[in-house]
Amino acid sequence: MSRRRADTGTRRGRLVGPWRRPWGLIAVTWLYIAWSIVPVLVAIQFSFNAGRSRVNWQGFSLRWWSGDAGSLLRDPDLWVAMRNSVVLALVTMAVATPLGVALAVGLTRWRGPGRRPANLLMLVPLVTPELVLGSALFLVFTRLYETVGIQPVAAILGGVPGVGALAERIGTITVAQIVGHVTLNLSYVVVIVRGRLLSIPREVEDAAMDLGATPWQALRTVLLPLLGPAVFASLMIVFATSIDDFVISAFLQGDVSSQTVPVRIYGGVRTAPTPALNALATAMLALSLVAIVLAIVVPRLLRRGEPRTVDALSDFASLDV
Amino acid sequence: MLAAPGVAWLIGFFAVPLYATLAVACGTDDVNGDPRPVWNPTRWSLGRAAVPELGISGDGLRGVWDGLIDGTFGDPMLRTVLYVSLALALCCLIGYPVAYYVARHGGRRRGLLLGLLLAPFWISYLMRMLAWVNLLQPDGQVNDLLRVLPGLAPRDWLDGGPVPLVLGLVYGYVPYFILPLYAALDRIDPSLLEASRDLHAGPVRTFWHITLPCSRQGLLAAAVITALPMFGDYYTHDLVSPSNRTTMIGNQIDQFLRQSSGQRTGAALVIVLATGLAVLMAYYLAATNRASQETG
Repeated sequence: MSRRRADTGTRRGRLVGPWRRPWGLIAVTWLYIAWSIVPVLVAIQFSFNAGRSRVNWQGFSLRWWSGDAGSLLRDPDLWVAMRNSVVLALVTMAVATPLGVALAVGLTRWRGPGRRPANLLMLVPLVTPELVLGSALFLVFTRLYETVGIQPVAAILGGVPGVGALAERIGTITVAQIVGHVTLNLSYVVVIVRGRLLSIPREVEDAAMDLGATPWQALRTVLLPLLGPAVFASLMIVFATSIDDFVISAFLQGDVSSQTVPVRIYGGVRTAPTPALNALATAMLALSLVAIVLAIVVPRLLRRGEPRTVDALSDFASLDV
Repeated sequence: MLAAPGVAWLIGFFAVPLYATLAVACGTDDVNGDPRPVWNPTRWSLGRAAVPELGISGDGLRGVWDGLIDGTFGDPMLRTVLYVSLALALCCLIGYPVAYYVARHGGRRRGLLLGLLLAPFWISYLMRMLAWVNLLQPDGQVNDLLRVLPGLAPRDWLDGGPVPLVLGLVYGYVPYFILPLYAALDRIDPSLLEASRDLHAGPVRTFWHITLPCSRQGLLAAAVITALPMFGDYYTHDLVSPSNRTTMIGNQIDQFLRQSSGQRTGAALVIVLATGLAVLMAYYLAATNRASQETG
């Protein structure tokens, strides 16, 4: 009898609940979810308001997206902020991910002295409040690395042969902002990639080298492909963190031309905001949604079949960083 | 060898900046009154003490110390601790049931629920605060709702009081609280719960004797992970409660660093804040280190 009850209580190997349905918990959970999402939906709705107000609905219109002089597409400030956010996130992904993957591989393969301090140095940024990191970087760029200072990428690297053209395109964000975002993200990449590395037995690499591969070839042709999903997860986390960051971007911005979307929203709320600010936030959210869809779809295409979205989400959720 | 660029980066752009903060905090002023960092630790100074009779406020670490005693920095510091504690308590009250429900009763909806819990991670923090600032306007939807409900009256939420600030902090950080807690609750072996039920323990006793003790580590990790950024938060204050009555320590750091004559005091405040949080940081590092050694 009790055996039977245990069976009904367990579905797919998981205890569903031996007692009656937890109505209280269900209510709290859905109320919480509504509370966390509805305000944002209202903010999105009001980006389409026909009036100036962000709280009184006066009908549907696209004027804050493209019509008015102060609309998202026609206000150069808003437009530049969007561009800056996206470019900063992309550059951060491009720098932090390879640097982090190399650091993760290096740290796990490192035998000998220096390993523990290096490890600690990698972990401390994870628990350092952004305010501490932001102000420390601000002080170091204004008081020690003064040649770089807080200046746009184009102003510093614009004339350098080879990278000049690229620097011109990166344009208005500052070198200090890039450095700050990379530092903020580097340790996340290492932790994610290292988690995956630990599950790959060392013998895989050894086998490659027994077959005549150089250590570099073994790394490139064997290890890196195996690290694919972790690298992809890192890219997504870096993108999300960078797009969302306010403190570092704010401390290390030069002038208005290097402000990012969060900084612009912060400035906007404190002055006289119009629904164009909502439109700006909504556009950024749409970009993030594209990223999350990619994050779910791409790994599925990469390894067709077994792994389900739920598992990918669970992996992400149980990430203890 | 592969680690070299990463380690160099962290030294150059993490360790050195922290040291530079110390060097500015313990440095001197040049003739223009701008702070001049002192790189040699044997020449560090603690800064100038305040002389209230002459109307001179102190600076550097000594100035911060005086400020902590006379309330200039002491009040914001206490306020910060109070707001963060309140926000953490509320996070716990809201976050625990949610994490518990999804981990234990998620069932077939688990994927959807997790997706919804993760949604705030993909919505910029500033956008979520912007949403609330709109709703809390005097003619906003929150007051509309309060007008309809019996026994409640609308009020000016954005008058600089502490209530919207604490609620803003909860709203901003509770997703970061729920996830590690969820992970911990999800790891609890269901057979423990079955054993408890077989021994005729009711839901409440099972919760007190099995679930809560098993999730203690996760609860602490969640609290630390949310407390650290909350202590350094200054923008939530600026957006939902911009007044002197609710100034937090982060606001003062922000204000002092922005004017070059105040940078020594700002840097000293950063040092004080970081030292105060070092206990939390060390705890979290030790806990994750232990966890990774158990699994790895």
